[in-house]
Amino acid sequence: MSTILKNKFNEVNWPEDRGVCEVPYQVFTDKNVYDSEQEKIFRGDNWSFVALEAEIPESGDYKTTFIGDTPVIVMRDEEGQVNVVVNSCAHRGAAVCRELRGNKPNLECVYHQWAYNLKGDLIGVPFRRGIQGNGGMPKDFKMQEHPLRKLRVGSVAGLVFATFSETVESLEDYLGPMTVTAIKRICSKPIKVLGDQRQYIKGNWKLYAENTRDPYHASLLHLFHMTFGLYRSSQKGVSHMDDTKRHSMLTAIKDSDDSTEDFKNMRSFNTEFKLNDPSLLAGRKEFDDDVSLVILAVFPNLVLQQIANTLAVRQICTKGVDAFELVWTQFGFEDDDKEMQAIRLKQGNLIGPAGLISMEDGEAVEIVHDSVIREQDKSSYIAMGGGKAENVDHLVSEGTIVGFWKYYREAMGY
Amino acid sequence: MAILKFSDMTAMELQFQVEKLQSNYVECIDDDRLEQWPEFFVEDCLYQIISRENEDRGLPVSAIVCDSNAMLIDRIVSLRNANVYAEHFYRHIISNVNIKGVTDEVVSVQTNYLVLQTRLSGATEIYNSGKYLDEIVATEDGLKFKQKKAVFDTYQIQSLMVTPI
Repeated sequence: MSTILKNKFNEVNWPEDRGVCEVPYQVFTDKNVYDSEQEKIFRGDNWSFVALEAEIPESGDYKTTFIGDTPVIVMRDEEGQVNVVVNSCAHRGAAVCRELRGNKPNLECVYHQWAYNLKGDLIGVPFRRGIQGNGGMPKDFKMQEHPLRKLRVGSVAGLVFATFSETVESLEDYLGPMTVTAIKRICSKPIKVLGDQRQYIKGNWKLYAENTRDPYHASLLHLFHMTFGLYRSSQKGVSHMDDTKRHSMLTAIKDSDDSTEDFKNMRSFNTEFKLNDPSLLAGRKEFDDDVSLVILAVFPNLVLQQIANTLAVRQICTKGVDAFELVWTQFGFEDDDKEMQAIRLKQGNLIGPAGLISMEDGEAVEIVHDSVIREQDKSSYIAMGGGKAENVDHLVSEGTIVGFWKYYREAMGY
Repeated sequence: MAILKFSDMTAMELQFQVEKLQSNYVECIDDDRLEQWPEFFVEDCLYQIISRENEDRGLPVSAIVCDSNAMLIDRIVSLRNANVYAEHFYRHIISNVNIKGVTDEVVSVQTNYLVLQTRLSGATEIYNSGKYLDEIVATEDGLKFKQKKAVFDTYQIQSLMVTPI
């Protein structure tokens, strides 16, 4: 590729600041942008969510997952410490762990049986000293110089994060007080994992980052509550960010509806339909406040949610510039009684890839991605609520999306 | 219509009746007669779509779980009137209809299924493959599902799931 062409593709032409947020569609479809994000964001100075501690409670428990598109292993060692390593053998790069999850006393690459302990240190190399004088590794070969690539690991209230960076601030500082408080509010007790769901969405991961920082769409795209006369129009809530603007927290208060006027002209506003089985929405108050919805979007790859009594983490694993997998892990608490678990599972119909109030998000990502493919010189126009990255105490805003892009540009150097 | 008694039927009769029910069930979905879909279930039913990933670990989270006929109706009302999704067709292929147990009241059946999905682009893709674990009872209106549990191998759901399996 000529230098001129290469430069062209490495550049992102951000529109001049007109006082609102305009995002060039190129960032959703340009493979060079994607590759750059892997280095600067997912393998850069950020912490990525990798697991719930409750997924790997015992020594030797492990799960395989991804940070961006880098495969990693999350495992608990004999001392109870959680370690995260890149899932690639120090010998010739093969995957050391091929299952989704399990329990092993140590890791062994199937290719040449190089073995590692649960910290990622190399502990065995077959034929290291050769066989009957033949072969063997060089005399100066030192096993301690060939571990799996180890990441820094941190954990807050049972949520495990990892980073490739040696320089990024501590996990708590990275998350900031707003995010830490919100995580601790939801994960206040020992967690019990109820199961996973995996949703493969054919669109760029940042369209989902926008979607989960977008209170504007909630009542317009997700029409379930509206259709069944259950809405909640000018619902009270907040759209807040941390100081860096990279994390966002949207909350709504239960039954804070005070007007239905504004919604009369919406395409589905009617009470023609009633739920035949309202037990779907039967819930139980479980927090000290009246917050019934929390969508906590933690940069770059996590959403922690409370929707009524459904609690879940959603992890974004990027699959190239034009797809990502969204892994939903729904959980309750160890001390849930039978009825509480039943409530969480029944309300589970609301969330996930088949969720009555969440399935549309995958659709929204895809209809944007498919339509901006050749609109590389065009930009989106994000201005609801003023187009500024400002915290507001309402949900008629896109300020939290603006905050995402502000931080993204800093992280990427755009 | 008199209620069938499973113990009075020969194995071949029972096999025929069960296969007929499965055929009618998938045809109802594939022909987009979803308003009739809840009629394949008794009032007090369990309809569940769960990934093999969760089922094998004994974890309960399901893509869809309905424990009453009324919930099935709500699903369809929502699909028709509330949910936003890409228009598509399903084509179910069923095989290996294997009766596992018979009592006077209940027939337990395991059946393989494959759901092909065609979107408006015209391309057909394998959308979901798995097995039905069904419990079938006889009613005045013929055989119905007391339980239909679809355990799917395809644990990475493409885009979203709105139409029942």
